[in-house]
Amino acid sequence: MNTITANIERKKTLQAESRLSAENVTIKYDERVISSNLSVKIPDGSFTVIVGPNACGKSTLLRTLSKLLKPSAGQVVLDGKGITTYKSKEVARILGLLPQSSTAPDGITVANLVAHGRYPYQSFIKQWSDEDEAAVQSAMELTDTLEISHRYVDELSGGQRQRVWVAMVLAQQTPILLLDEPTTYLDIAHQIELLELFKDLNLQGRTIIAVLHDLNHAARYANHIIAMKNGQMIAQGDPREIVTEQIVEEVFGLKCKVIDDPVSHTPLVVPLGKVR
Amino acid sequence: MPRIQFGRRYIRLKWPIQMRIDVKNLTVTAILAGAILVLALYGLMAGTMQLSLKDLWQVFSGEAAKMTSTIVINWRLPRIIAAVVFGAGLAVSGAVFQSLTRNPLGSPDIVGFTSGSYTGALIVILISKSASFLGIAAGALIGGFTTAILIYLLAFRKGTQGFRLIIVGIAVSTILSSLNSMLLLRSKAEVALTAAAWGVGSLNGISWDQATPAMLIVVVLLIFAAVMNRPLREMELGGDAAKSHGIRIEPTQLVLILIAVVLTAAPTAVMGPVSFVALAAPQIVFRLTKSAQSFAPAAAMGALLLLGADIVAQRIISGTILPVGVVTLSLGGCYLVWVLFRQARSAM
Repeated sequence: MNTITANIERKKTLQAESRLSAENVTIKYDERVISSNLSVKIPDGSFTVIVGPNACGKSTLLRTLSKLLKPSAGQVVLDGKGITTYKSKEVARILGLLPQSSTAPDGITVANLVAHGRYPYQSFIKQWSDEDEAAVQSAMELTDTLEISHRYVDELSGGQRQRVWVAMVLAQQTPILLLDEPTTYLDIAHQIELLELFKDLNLQGRTIIAVLHDLNHAARYANHIIAMKNGQMIAQGDPREIVTEQIVEEVFGLKCKVIDDPVSHTPLVVPLGKVR
Repeated sequence: MPRIQFGRRYIRLKWPIQMRIDVKNLTVTAILAGAILVLALYGLMAGTMQLSLKDLWQVFSGEAAKMTSTIVINWRLPRIIAAVVFGAGLAVSGAVFQSLTRNPLGSPDIVGFTSGSYTGALIVILISKSASFLGIAAGALIGGFTTAILIYLLAFRKGTQGFRLIIVGIAVSTILSSLNSMLLLRSKAEVALTAAAWGVGSLNGISWDQATPAMLIVVVLLIFAAVMNRPLREMELGGDAAKSHGIRIEPTQLVLILIAVVLTAAPTAVMGPVSFVALAAPQIVFRLTKSAQSFAPAAAMGALLLLGADIVAQRIISGTILPVGVVTLSLGGCYLVWVLFRQARSAM
């Protein structure tokens, strides 16, 4: 499980540089302004998690960073150039996205779905090469899906299916991965399994940007947290500086105690609730 | 490195295109192609003038009598080739629409393009009071395209929603059908007769001159469709995933719709509306191959269906040649009931 397959140029020089950033972006959705004049830098090599209450614009920010949404003002910058100046397949070789919802084509097997991740490298003349085969193989190894590679996607459990979608993104071999609520609808064991996988991928050098609902997961797995509220960034930095009683109350309006996680020694949020 | 278990068998091709060929798709396509060949030979031999294989051989080597030659080369052959090419075109058109709408009912005959073609043809017949082949074909083409544009504008707001396209298409189709009835009722009896005859698609009396331009268009667009197949399959993953793989959704969708519309409009302009083939061929093939990733088996199935239906139409009542549209319409009715029944049952 220690094969490094992404186009990683350098080992992480933590938080010094940024390959992906949003510069003064204004994001509208159906004429409604979600974020205005928002600037965010994703530290290279980081495991960045965007947190915030429902409808705070965190998924919108992720969609903007991954070029799914076009900001009405400002721009997203990838490796020093505006992201719109790239060809769409070029972007797809640098940024991989795990969308909130995807649909598997009818009657497709696991390996064939994972193979879709190779699209940015293919053409009509070169529909399937040895590199494609190797990338699919390694993506399935990393996600532990080799054993089920021949099965139909419709007959898998939710946890297996999500790992297959992750394998598809990994087959894309991008140095930056964007994950939109990757653990939603999974049980706790599968959530942790997936987050551990992302942490491994991050330790191997990939930059990971995820939207997560669970603050404790964010605090435990991220090394950079962006806290958002009403479309604006309230705070960003190391989980130990961000996940505090004051900031949690400011961002979520939740009174809580933050204690030391006895296992990982990261902040652990314990909501106060009503005293009965 | 151990080979990946894809769950399906593939042949790796290194030249001229680096690709994987699905063995099951290949087998099904080959079997269908064999059946087409057999039916085509039967179609060339059978008829009022019965010919043997030897007679056919003589025709193609130029040793046969002039009359026999004319019957085979000018009467029977264009009809068979047209059935094969148009059947393939209709089937691929259906496959594209069904993939874009992700619904087995999303086919050009259901969503109203064929009704639009009929409206166009009707208007030409009624206005010019004659039935020149070219005029009707042009009317059908324009009618089909206008309908397609109308449905596109009505249905494709803020990205595709397959279901929306189908609902809008069925509505437009119904409106056009009543318009067609109104036009027919208001016209003189003999004109209405010509128009109604065109309305049930037919290959009767088709000649090389009439069929060749449309066949060329269909063949060229089948090649375009083959090139656009991979982006189409990416879009089946959903808009976000497709975009993140580098697909530009709107232009890709537009090109695919254009290909599918022409693949229906060109055959319809020549034959008149022939239903069922576009709707059913991709679905029947899916049952056989358990995969909808390639156009080739669907095209072969469409060709076989139209050719088979046309031969049935010529033979089922001795002495009378039915329009092929009647046969496909009856088949289509049964098929539609079956699909709706299945969908209703799986929804419960």
